[in-house]
Amino acid sequence: MIAELGLAALWLSTALAVLQMISGALGLRSGAGAQFAIYARPAAVVQAFLAVLAFFLLLYAFAVTDLSIKLVATNSHSAKPFIYKLTGTWGNHEGSMLLWVGVLALSGGLLAGLERRLPEKTMSATLAVQGFVALGFYSFLLLSSNPFERLPVPAIEGGGLNPLLQDIGLAIHPPTLYVGYVGLSVAFSLAMGALITREVNPNFAKVLRPWVLGAWVFLTFGITAGSYWAYYELGWGGWWFWDPVENASLMPWLAATALLHSVSVLAARDALRTWTIMLGVLAFSMSMLGTFLVRSGVLTSVHAFAVDPERGSFILALLGLYIGGALVIFAMRAGSISEGKRFTATSREGALVFNNVMLSAILAIVLLGTLYPLLTEAFDVRVSVGPPYFNPAGAIFAIPMFLVMAIGPLLRWKDDKPARIQFELAALAAVVIAVIALVAILGDYSVLAVLGLALSIALAIAALLPLRGRNIRRVPVATWGMICAHFGVAVALFGMASESAFTSEKLAAVAPGDSVEVAGWNIEMASVDPVAGPNWTAIEARILAARGDEEPTVLGPQSRNFWSPPQPTSESALITRWDGQLYVVIGDQAGVDANGNNRWQLRVWWKPFVTFIWYGGLLVAFGGILSIAGRVRVDLKRRNAVAMGKVRREDMDALAEGDAIDGANGSSGGSQDGPIPEPAE
Amino acid sequence: MIRSVVAALTLFGGLFAAPILAQQSMPPAPYAYVQLEDPVLEAEATELMETLRCLKCQSQSINDSDAPMAGDMRHQVRSRILAGESPTQIRSWLVERYGDYVSYEPEVSSTTWPLFAIPLLLLGVVALILLRRLGKRRSETGGHS
Repeated sequence: MIAELGLAALWLSTALAVLQMISGALGLRSGAGAQFAIYARPAAVVQAFLAVLAFFLLLYAFAVTDLSIKLVATNSHSAKPFIYKLTGTWGNHEGSMLLWVGVLALSGGLLAGLERRLPEKTMSATLAVQGFVALGFYSFLLLSSNPFERLPVPAIEGGGLNPLLQDIGLAIHPPTLYVGYVGLSVAFSLAMGALITREVNPNFAKVLRPWVLGAWVFLTFGITAGSYWAYYELGWGGWWFWDPVENASLMPWLAATALLHSVSVLAARDALRTWTIMLGVLAFSMSMLGTFLVRSGVLTSVHAFAVDPERGSFILALLGLYIGGALVIFAMRAGSISEGKRFTATSREGALVFNNVMLSAILAIVLLGTLYPLLTEAFDVRVSVGPPYFNPAGAIFAIPMFLVMAIGPLLRWKDDKPARIQFELAALAAVVIAVIALVAILGDYSVLAVLGLALSIALAIAALLPLRGRNIRRVPVATWGMICAHFGVAVALFGMASESAFTSEKLAAVAPGDSVEVAGWNIEMASVDPVAGPNWTAIEARILAARGDEEPTVLGPQSRNFWSPPQPTSESALITRWDGQLYVVIGDQAGVDANGNNRWQLRVWWKPFVTFIWYGGLLVAFGGILSIAGRVRVDLKRRNAVAMGKVRREDMDALAEGDAIDGANGSSGGSQDGPIPEPAE
Repeated sequence: MIRSVVAALTLFGGLFAAPILAQQSMPPAPYAYVQLEDPVLEAEATELMETLRCLKCQSQSINDSDAPMAGDMRHQVRSRILAGESPTQIRSWLVERYGDYVSYEPEVSSTTWPLFAIPLLLLGVVALILLRRLGKRRSETGGHS
């Protein structure tokens, strides 16, 4: 029953998406059809409810391990811990696409239910586009990836979930990332809606901003969580490898970062109109491209994709349809949208434009490095593009970007004289040069790591400079958001540079009782014992780690063997200190020592300030939250003020009339709202 | 008592180790999991290993993989570094043997030139956009004022 209900809910959602699309499109007409526009909003809201319901039904099927459903039987197992039964819902293709579509419908529903600031026509167009996008992905789900398919005969036991995914990381990383990915669909629809109805103006930007910020916060958090998950789960201490799957999440983030800055310029200064629209299209296009890369199987092997191209070509067709359609509309309308207000190169807008271009260039590099190997593989030429390519190629654009990011917030809007901030410029330049000199004296490190360290410290100082000479208590919340996010970038950059420059590694084969030294830490292997979990067995080492003369901390890294599906994993053990992390992994048995004791492979790293990478990511996301809160608060205040002003004017009119005629029913308009204060700014 | 516990444990451990041993019938090569004595040479080796692809894995360098083949390749890299070969020599030896695919550091060749030409083109485009957006504006407003 559950599966059939879920499937029915999905089909109903699809039907509602059609209604939403047609109704929204009719709303654009001025004739008799316009009255049908009223169905677009309810269609989106009910659709959100149904799609989310479908997702929860699948979640339930996984929770009770309903082995008559093909998806559950292939990907779950009755002996799995309950939490991984739940998270396993999206640890597979169909389930994760259902989550994707559920979030898409939910964003559409929230947009339809909450957004009242736009002109009705723009809203109709936006909802029509949102419905059109949703329709494509519902069709994809129902026609080629039905999550609710039944088995003719229920399976006796499930196939189990990839052990690497049996971790709390799966509960956090994919859902947050998907909310970010798919939240960008709203930016896309709003951009299209504004473009179609020629409403690209600051009012539209103010509506767009919280959606972009919201999606961006989730993306930032999702990427940060994913990076930490890979770091501790894969057992080698890597936090970013420019892997295509990682790049697939980075590209929408880069586009969304550019977009949210561009939106701010549009909202504050009525400039960068076409830029903002273009970036809105680009951001969601990158989300869809990421979905294509991860979901089509093209990454495992281009040839495997070519053999079974159904899913891949479906997403590719959707990608072509939506991006192509958006570009056509853009081409038709671009001429009618003027660029907006002017500004000079040395203004805050100028700095933002510069960094928008830099972010787009980095995005282009990542896109090239990710797609090129896939392209050549199709012609049977296999090349690998990795960190040695991405790091320097990205740095060409990232370094100027960080420099401009440091000074941009100090500049005034529209036009400014660099001489006004010459003291700040000189101080920041001195910091950069001093750090470079200091690190160069300390040792021989890679150029990029040294530059990263210097820029991060300068950026951290620069992030706080906008507070200089201001009354701390009167700084707007949104400005705190910017400061927090920019400071977070500096913190993360510091962590990355520090990890790549200063990490110490120790590999050793040790028997119980032996110890190794790394970066001032003494690590003693006390014993190695077998342990067992619900669906795995493992050997667990008891490690005593101490820095200097301190009391040893006990660590228990494990080398696990899951039996369904059979796969070994390493469970690393970590000690977190303010200045870094100790990372310990136990590997296979490595022969015997001179006394006949079994020896085990031990891998130990001391990674100075590595945690700053993720603290920085969290700060960036938190900055986004502050910014949303600040913007929404100011916006609500202003709307209240406008509404109150209106009520007040009506009252005055009524009073004036009342004085003339009766005087008794004068204050009826304002009585519900109580005393009316002066409209606040 | 203690002896029997130990015996039971080794038996237990042996049981669980069996599947792993069955997978890799040969013990890992000496330098697969052992660092070079000289920290300078080891740093050189690590830097190289981080940029070589583990051919049996999906998107992992040989420095980040437990696959037996990655271990063998680490052994190759470390022992060649120890023998005095330069990282560049080792990389080209591996590329000769396994093809371009093994190296994460693409080099300019007939198949990879777009990877280098496009960023150069991008630099030009970026300069052009910035000049158009920021350069002209300045002179215009300069003219107005």
